[in-house]
Amino acid sequence: MADFAQTLMTALAVGSLYALIALGYTMVYGILKFINFAHSDIVVLGAWLSFTMAQRLLPMLGLDPHNPATTPPLWVGEVILLASMAFCSLIGFAIERLAYKPLRKAPRLNVLITAIGVSLLLQNVGQLNFVFGPSPQKMPALLPTWELLRVSLPSANGNRDVVVGLVDVVIIVTSAVLMIALEYLVFRTKTGTAMRAVSFDIDASALMGIPVDRVVSFTFVLGSALAAAAGFLYALKYPGLNQPAHATWVLLGLKAFVAAVIGGIGNVRGAVLGGFVIAFVEQFGAFYLSSNYRDVYVFALLIAILLVRPSGLLGSTVREKV
Amino acid sequence: MSLLVVDNLSVFYGAIEALRGVSLHVEQGEVVTLIGANGAGKSTTLRTISGLLPPKTGTIRFDGQTIHNWQPHRIVKSGLVQAPEGRKIFANLTVDENLQLGAFLRTDRTAIRADRDRALELFPRVRERLNQQAGTLSGGEQQMLAIARALVARPKLLMLDEPSLGLAPQLVRTIFQVIREINLAGTTILLVEQNANMALQVAHRAYVIEVGRIRMEGPAAELAASDEVRKAYLGAH
Ligand SMILES: Nc1ncnc2c1ncn2[C@@H]1O[C@H](COP(=O)(O)OP(=O)(O)OP(=O)(O)O)[C@@H](O)[C@H]1O
Ligand SMILES: [Mg+2]
Repeated sequence: MADFAQTLMTALAVGSLYALIALGYTMVYGILKFINFAHSDIVVLGAWLSFTMAQRLLPMLGLDPHNPATTPPLWVGEVILLASMAFCSLIGFAIERLAYKPLRKAPRLNVLITAIGVSLLLQNVGQLNFVFGPSPQKMPALLPTWELLRVSLPSANGNRDVVVGLVDVVIIVTSAVLMIALEYLVFRTKTGTAMRAVSFDIDASALMGIPVDRVVSFTFVLGSALAAAAGFLYALKYPGLNQPAHATWVLLGLKAFVAAVIGGIGNVRGAVLGGFVIAFVEQFGAFYLSSNYRDVYVFALLIAILLVRPSGLLGSTVREKV
Repeated sequence: MSLLVVDNLSVFYGAIEALRGVSLHVEQGEVVTLIGANGAGKSTTLRTISGLLPPKTGTIRFDGQTIHNWQPHRIVKSGLVQAPEGRKIFANLTVDENLQLGAFLRTDRTAIRADRDRALELFPRVRERLNQQAGTLSGGEQQMLAIARALVARPKLLMLDEPSLGLAPQLVRTIFQVIREINLAGTTILLVEQNANMALQVAHRAYVIEVGRIRMEGPAAELAASDEVRKAYLGAH
């Protein structure tokens, strides 16, 4: 019971992160029909920018960034989050304009290879000494270590305390706010209708008077902002930041991509669903079976779902284009 | 001054020259039809005018402005709207959302509502299905939606690419009736049609295109009476 509750909490937090990242993959795929391999590097950028800003800001407030016992007021975290989202949006915009837009009419494979190139570029530029450097760093604590709730629940060996920490709640609530805002934008606004139209048929959208290039740019801006938020929240939860080219980041991006595929790539609600499904399988599998195979569960699930529903849980089973 | 002037347009798909020096013009208030066999280059002409294809040579002027290097949405904004071949409705959106997209660049809400109501009066079956996914409409209903969607854009010049394709005869008559009505209400029309018979009845002037070249042009009634057109496009022997 206690173990279950604790695992559930973790799964919700991790699922939120996967969902945020998966949204970026799925929106870009929905519109341009290619996998933006550089997307996970925006997550990394978001995390490392947050680290850099925290590292600079805390001393200005008279705090020691290496002392987890002293934490800044909550608005500091909010400012860092927003600044990181804004900066990553700009980078996402620039990447699309410089790297992908010239290839709008080129074969998909060319764009895919370009995306891998952009990804490698970001990883390696990130590791330059005057950027983020080649070594791991410790993210300064931005949140007090409050326990919002501590309950004693029965477990296999006697009662155990289940703790609901501030970090998990902040991750879940921030992600929920962002995802609800996105849902509203995509399904309830004119811009969102235009995005869905462009994702269905670019030429027909242009004939409606939709400025297609602007919609594409906007999609990258949105996806990058969500990725930055995920990077920031990830750094809060796992403060030991690996260097930008480290394999853990690749794996994080890969799982989020799997989430997008499981949910039905191109489908915004599917990406969120996929994120949580993946996190639940991963966390519960790791706890109740063996934590050595946590990645295996995710990819096994991917294979299983693709066998049963090749277009994902919420993907359309019929090809819509004729 | 002509509303639309296309001069010496040539367009390539890779190495294939689909248009070889096409020239045509449309005057304010006219219905002009462009007829020709499959693959003659009709859709290519409209797609190039709408800015979806870049011309290799030639110029396109609309309403006094040179538009052939404009982006498609800017061309729509200037009042030149196309209802493309094959309907191209957004199957993943509702019928209502499709209509909203037709008026994407307009901001005059009350006028949009009026135009929308008028378009829906023409096609009551579309009105009954406003909240349905557009992909679930029948082919004919999708065609009605495509025309209704183009109407709410309230264009100066409306280009229709085979609006009667795949429709039952009763509906074909309705569609041509609608074309006549919107023309009388002040919209200039450039109509591409396989149904040359109906097109020549509704049009003032006509062009015949063959493998990327304009072969004949003149008043619609004159072309409809010519032997060549009767043999090739009106099924006379
Ligand atoms: N995307 C394309 N790539 C290569 N060739 C094309 C492409 N689109 C059209 N063509 C070719 O250009 C020529 C003109 O095509 P277009 O679609 O303009 O014909 P059309 O007159 O509209 O015919 P239809 O009455 O069948 O619609 C044809 O020979 C066609 O095969
Ligand atoms: Mg055609």
